[in-house]
Amino acid sequence: MPRTEQMMKQGLTLVDAINEALYQEMERDSRVVCLGEDVGLNGGVFRVTEGLQKVFGPERVIDTPLSESGIMGTAIGLAMAGMRPVPEIQFEGFMGPAFDQLVNHAARYRNRSRGSVTVPMTVRVPWGGGIHAPELHSDSPEAIYAHTPGLKVVIPSTPYDAKGLLLSAIRDPDPVVFFEPKRVYRSHREQIPEDEYTIPLGKAKVVAEGTDLTVVTWGACVHTCNEAMDHFPEDASVELIDLRTIAPLDIEAIVQSVEKTGRCVIVHEAPKTAGFGAEVATVIQERCFLHLRAPVQRVTGFDVMMPYYKLEQQYLPDAKRVEEAVLQCLAY
Amino acid sequence: MPIRTAYEGKVEFLQILDENGVLDESLAKGTLSDDDVVELYTYMVKCRAVDETAFKLQRAKRMGTYPQNKGQEAAAIGSGFAARRGVDWLVPCYRENAALWMHGQPMHYVFMYWMGDERGSQIPEGVCTLPLCVPIGTQMLHATGMAWAFKMRKEPRVCITYFGDGATSEGDFHEAMNFASAFQVPCVFFCQNNQWAISVPREQQMNSATVAQKALAYDMPTTQVDGNDLFAVYKATRDAVERARSGGGPAFIEAVTYRLADHTTADDARRYRDAQEVDAWMGKDPLIRLRKYLTAKGLWDDAKQAAADEVAKQTASEVVRSAEGITPPVATDMFDYTFESITPELETQRATMRTHSLGQRPQQAGLAAH
Ligand SMILES: Cc1ncc(C[n+]2csc(CCOP(=O)(O)OP(=O)(O)O)c2C)c(N)n1
Ligand SMILES: [Mg+2]
Repeated sequence: MPRTEQMMKQGLTLVDAINEALYQEMERDSRVVCLGEDVGLNGGVFRVTEGLQKVFGPERVIDTPLSESGIMGTAIGLAMAGMRPVPEIQFEGFMGPAFDQLVNHAARYRNRSRGSVTVPMTVRVPWGGGIHAPELHSDSPEAIYAHTPGLKVVIPSTPYDAKGLLLSAIRDPDPVVFFEPKRVYRSHREQIPEDEYTIPLGKAKVVAEGTDLTVVTWGACVHTCNEAMDHFPEDASVELIDLRTIAPLDIEAIVQSVEKTGRCVIVHEAPKTAGFGAEVATVIQERCFLHLRAPVQRVTGFDVMMPYYKLEQQYLPDAKRVEEAVLQCLAY
Repeated sequence: MPIRTAYEGKVEFLQILDENGVLDESLAKGTLSDDDVVELYTYMVKCRAVDETAFKLQRAKRMGTYPQNKGQEAAAIGSGFAARRGVDWLVPCYRENAALWMHGQPMHYVFMYWMGDERGSQIPEGVCTLPLCVPIGTQMLHATGMAWAFKMRKEPRVCITYFGDGATSEGDFHEAMNFASAFQVPCVFFCQNNQWAISVPREQQMNSATVAQKALAYDMPTTQVDGNDLFAVYKATRDAVERARSGGGPAFIEAVTYRLADHTTADDARRYRDAQEVDAWMGKDPLIRLRKYLTAKGLWDDAKQAAADEVAKQTASEVVRSAEGITPPVATDMFDYTFESITPELETQRATMRTHSLGQRPQQAGLAAH
């Protein structure tokens, strides 16, 4: 939607940035439609699609029946028939009913039809914990989708990245899962270009440069790590990498950094075992073995069901845990 | 060959106590006794007070997001009363607290649940209710499976499963209906059609004239009732439950009711629905019509109401005290219910969660533990 005065003065939140990207892309490309539960009149439960239905009408910003398989499956059909659907699944915890459509169809059509049938759609999903939400509103299942060949998985951490990555995702010829960290939805404001711009999928960002240790992370944990950066010893030079896209993974960015630093701490809020950090650690082991000066460390959620919110802060990696891991890794 | 009718179906609507509190005596025969009605009305008053208290707690930041049950008490209580406590199982969604409470689930557990505490989902020994179910439309399959087990073991038990109008759009709903029908299990599907699924009105959710007619596709006995009418809800549910118990298979009930509050405390319904619509339904409030009925019958008066309100208030305070008075959960609890016996890796994570960056074996990383 057009910018408000507050946005012009104080910058955009992540919600604003996504809304702006959707607005601009829908204006530019009449094939783009948004569909999902409560995305129309109500503007989405997080107000990400606020105002869009008024501008583009209920045929392009569509309140669907309460059916994730229906949303995902019909979005696949829309995409195959030449539209550019942007389905929303209301929370990551409700991707379950849509799993079959996403994993067994969206991800596979191109390959199994040898390129004749494709699914250019972007599935938007609020993602992650830390907002005191009820059960199944706080999970981080990104590894499951990164493990699915044929899906791209994007997780922005800032308003600037969110806009540029979303525009790339919508224009991408293949299905993209776009996870939106709820904890960051409104926590930061940032001045970002009003004109459209894209950020290539599969490119990590070096948030801070350093020479002694690399921290690799994505999503809301980028901010946790940033917070931890303030507590490292003065003489420790830590490089912070925000992957932004976990599939495809920017292997070169990781390798380049770890070859330089020789130490790496990976941070994510999903459970540890078979979390995406395991993939990153393996890539480092494969490509940087002779450069390593310490074992790669992980700071992650635990291998348990995401606790209800009274214990969620005990589960989520915090700056303290990141700091400890970094100090230990440096001291090795 | 002439064209013949291959299938015909119809859906009946049942109302016994109308909006003005006038009872259809002949339909009411053999349903609720005067004592029952007084008891159930008093219970409704109590549940309403507890529900309003939850809302206030949320506004005071003492509770997380909470879905109010307000306006749907007759549906929960009339149906809950038709099931046998400790015998039949209730498989809920989240807008039928009163039914769970009637069947012995402690009231403050529901508060604890919405206060972000897993102990609120614990079920005391002997209470036959499942935990609240947040993923919409998924629990009806569990109810079907449980009812199937009762049938396999020839136990005279029934499941009632609760869900909303929106839930009937999910695939799992239809799969549950088909299983229940194909295997003729003793499961009652109780839809609380409160006209809204967050911001989506029922007419937009589906192009079907009624929700109840969806059961016709599964050849399941089905009926639509005035969901704010305690008598109609009770009668329809009792008939369905007892038929199921005696081997008559599953049944479907659509309780036509209304969500008087916002979807949850995180929602603002003024964004998408007319105040006039809400006002009109306020007049159909199940509590108002029952009170009118009881008063006209000489079973109720202002003094009794004042006493009931007082008891309700006290109950609500006790619920708050119990929910807030409980010792905070212990962080390591999060590990203890993952499996029956903890795995070695979880044991390590549990033991080191406070002392290490991540329950990773320190020695494995070549580091000494603190
Ligand atoms: C599978 C799933 N999708 C989406 C949601 C988010 N959500 C929570 S309640 C709700 C609407 C439910 O409507 P209805 O079934 O009519 O029940 P009501 O809340 O009206 O009682 C939605 C979409 C969810 N909890 N689960
Ligand atoms: Mg509803």
